[in-house]
Amino acid sequence: MRVLAYGVAGWLVLVGALGIVRSHNLVHTAVSLSVSQSGTYVLLLAVGYQWDAPAPVFSPGSPVSLPVVDPVVQALAFTDIVVSATVTALLLALAIQVDKTHRTVDPDRLQSLRG
Amino acid sequence: MNRRVRLLVFAVGAAGLAAMFALAVAGMPPFGGAAHPYRDLAVPAALGHATANVVASVTFDQRGLDTLGEEVILLASVIGAAALLRTRPGEHEHHPLADPRQPEAVALVAYLLLPLILLIGLNLVVHGHLTPGGGFQGGVVLATGLHLLYLSGGYRSLRRLRPIEWYQWVEGASTLAFAGVGLGGLALGAGLLANVLPYGPFQQLLSAGTVPVLNVVVGLAVGAGAVVLLGQFLTQAVAEERR
Repeated sequence: MRVLAYGVAGWLVLVGALGIVRSHNLVHTAVSLSVSQSGTYVLLLAVGYQWDAPAPVFSPGSPVSLPVVDPVVQALAFTDIVVSATVTALLLALAIQVDKTHRTVDPDRLQSLRG
Repeated sequence: MNRRVRLLVFAVGAAGLAAMFALAVAGMPPFGGAAHPYRDLAVPAALGHATANVVASVTFDQRGLDTLGEEVILLASVIGAAALLRTRPGEHEHHPLADPRQPEAVALVAYLLLPLILLIGLNLVVHGHLTPGGGFQGGVVLATGLHLLYLSGGYRSLRRLRPIEWYQWVEGASTLAFAGVGLGGLALGAGLLANVLPYGPFQQLLSAGTVPVLNVVVGLAVGAGAVVLLGQFLTQAVAEERR
């Protein structure tokens, strides 16, 4: 189980990077980057996990029962998600501009500089 | 560089990364164990500030400065996307006089879901310090929920009910308000983004000091930012014509 959680995280990072390397479409490249980045969410949450510990949210009506899983890495994963969303938005905007200028979104056909 | 060479370079790099990652995992504390030193510090700090959602306490109280940075990243990304997607010379915005008709079932479901999803978004923002959720999540729900208007009434009704210039102002002003709450702590001598408001009773709506205030401010900023971003992409898809 220990190997599985970390293994999934590492596999997601690498398979996303493979997608970037093999990409034929800039939109696919941006999505591959998101896949790669989601490996870091799994890694962060795996680091903070503890067996039989509930979520670190003591909603009204529920008693405070300790221990809980690590809230710090959850907050980090959350920062990670916000950064991922903003990066994806910028990359997609760039892909639109590349398509307008070069009439293609295949990275292999983007060889020359053009204004 | 052709594809074969590129894949080869990637394979070497990936093998190296995988080996180092495996070594790192082998040296880590066991998965699911009880050793979480940061948790042991963060949970008592959150309970001391009467914050039921410990993740919200970490985000908005204990590491408020990082969240201010995150807010600025979001603002920069919205500005960047708006600059990249502005109307270029030789392009002009054109507004279709009639929208393609949606299937009536889709339009009906979108009309019914619109108020419901806006309510869920507000609920997530307002109760961010008590239950899972918060300003970032609620803001995204609000912004995407608003775009149900596009599914139900088409682009023209979305444009009429969503004056995008206002959202740009809300985005900027709410980021400023986040910094203002932080500077308030500094002015009171407690430090930047310190939790200076009364903490209130645990697990109640009015508790956790500045956390719900910052949640609402962030909800506005993220909601407005996502509306502006989606608006830019929608303009590209629907209303921009190449000459």
